[in-house]
Amino acid sequence: MSKRFFWSGNIACAEAALRAGCKFYAGYPITPSSDLMEYMARELPKRGGIFFQAEDELAAINAAIGASIAGAKSMTATSGPGFSLMQEAIGYAVMVEVPIVVVDVMRVGPATGQATKAAQGDVMQARWGRHGDQAVIVYAPWSPQESFDLTIKAFNTAEELRVPVILLTDELIAHSWETVIVPDEVKIIERRKPKSFDEPPFGSTDPRIAPPMPPLGEGYYVLYTGSTHNEWGIRKTIDPEVHYKLAKRIIDKVHLNVNKLFLYKEYFVDDADVLIISFGSTSRSCLEAIRRLRSKGVKAGLLRLKTLWPLNDYYLRKVISKVSSVVVVEMNLGQLIYDIERYVKDQTIASLNKVGGGIPIYPDEVIKKVQEVLS
Amino acid sequence: MSSYSHPLHKFLRVELLPTAFCPGCGNGIVAGAILRAISELGYEDLRKFVFVSGIGCAAWIPSPYFKADTVHTLHGRAIPVAEGIKLVRPDLEVIVIGGDGDIAGIGGNHLIHAARRNMDLIVIMVNNFIYAMTGGQVAPTTPLGFKTTTTPYGNPESPLDTCQLVASLGANYVARWTIMHYDQVKESIKKAIKIGKGFRFIEVVSQCTSRVSARMGMKPSEFMRWMVKNTIPISKAKDLSLEERRNKIIIGEYTYSERPGFIEVMKKIYQG
Repeated sequence: MSKRFFWSGNIACAEAALRAGCKFYAGYPITPSSDLMEYMARELPKRGGIFFQAEDELAAINAAIGASIAGAKSMTATSGPGFSLMQEAIGYAVMVEVPIVVVDVMRVGPATGQATKAAQGDVMQARWGRHGDQAVIVYAPWSPQESFDLTIKAFNTAEELRVPVILLTDELIAHSWETVIVPDEVKIIERRKPKSFDEPPFGSTDPRIAPPMPPLGEGYYVLYTGSTHNEWGIRKTIDPEVHYKLAKRIIDKVHLNVNKLFLYKEYFVDDADVLIISFGSTSRSCLEAIRRLRSKGVKAGLLRLKTLWPLNDYYLRKVISKVSSVVVVEMNLGQLIYDIERYVKDQTIASLNKVGGGIPIYPDEVIKKVQEVLS
Repeated sequence: MSSYSHPLHKFLRVELLPTAFCPGCGNGIVAGAILRAISELGYEDLRKFVFVSGIGCAAWIPSPYFKADTVHTLHGRAIPVAEGIKLVRPDLEVIVIGGDGDIAGIGGNHLIHAARRNMDLIVIMVNNFIYAMTGGQVAPTTPLGFKTTTTPYGNPESPLDTCQLVASLGANYVARWTIMHYDQVKESIKKAIKIGKGFRFIEVVSQCTSRVSARMGMKPSEFMRWMVKNTIPISKAKDLSLEERRNKIIIGEYTYSERPGFIEVMKKIYQG
């Protein structure tokens, strides 16, 4: 059984968080994510959680990390400039393996840019915004419905792998109102507690499996540190082997689970000559373009990435090998294309980019680009 | 060595001793005061305590030496991480330990707002006047005129009086001592734990033997005497001008209150 709601993307995110068991939200006002925070401020206390408006984004994400360490599923949401401020703490969460969900409602940047207008310019920042080697998981929904579904997934993945998960939405999705179907029961994954005091909190014999996370106040005497540490959390600031082992494990933990983490949807791909690759709100125009192209007999297909990181190299090489040309469509001046280029061998690759004023890429523009590529 | 035991060993990860602190560092005195205060309050272990620290020498006091849940965070962010922990686990005593650079410099904004909220935390700031771990650069607490590696001609800035600042924001408890006032530090920590709510801030003026006293041409013992000589009790500091205050270490209790802390206020408001 399920229920139908009429929600914006931001509300769908918030409602999914509440249903996934989020008990702590910390945030700082920033357009276009503020209404998500306002929704949480109203709803979270009613549903047994704690809402905390911090003095800045640094405090917001660090409080969310603290809350997660203390045992609560926690979340923050922000946009462009706030997302930049949160990067160091996301790196900390990666290093200490603390699950959190960070929603970045993308707007036009850099700097203050166009604060109320949609863009997709934070793709590379979401992946590479921190210093040092690390891996995070980035989901990119294309609708309020998917904002709901992927937020649930974000919480589950964060808890299962003890990793920060980033939900990359944009102003168009955040403020679009659509029907969202909510199942009565949502599958929830809870973090694993150690079975005994002998199970190390920062080590794992199987790199695909995150170590268990000890609760506070129960005599585990857990040591969290953002410095390089051994499997017991003891700081090792000069030992090369301990560092390599830790850095490799926190990356492998994500990359070796790529089959499970990499989500996508294909539209008319089977017999396609031209493959459009897109994500988020932009792929809605791409799908409409493909429908119109198909009606004119053009064999165009769409690959919509729901997961932007990690990418599945094997799958992407395979799907691209079957087409003659690839068009990457994104509402920025070219970001995802740098990765897609890695999978292209003999294909023609082109990109369609447009950003500014929050004006979406229209189906006509996609059609024109595809026709250009084909001629 | 096997027969050697110390009454505070029950609170320490003995296998990780000795500490990484320089000989003569004040951190050992501060660590001793914290653990002895807890011991004198009757605790047998640190199970119900969480120690949160940022980056800097003082941040290493609890992490990894205290046998407790310890969270060693990013530079400046110990207070917000501690706020998140305390809000979710109000049953635990959450204590932040950090240096002046960490708490008053890069983390200064968090200090202000946590104090303003009267957040249910204890913050112990070890003030050694300097960024010690990075080599002795000028800090927001460095006295006017002090020579440091980044003020080789003398510090043109005036130091921040964190105790006056935090007291003005409505924190429940604020006190300043030096490491030469061991008993007072210990008693203040006991008092802060006993108050049990709201924002409780204790500044301990300490010495950095390698970055401060050595550069001033003083032996550790001479610097300790210098600290005491420059100390005046808060009761005698009332009539001093701002400039006179800035050149002195004003010790004592700045404020004491048992007002409800943030969590109690928040819960009351949630319940309507």
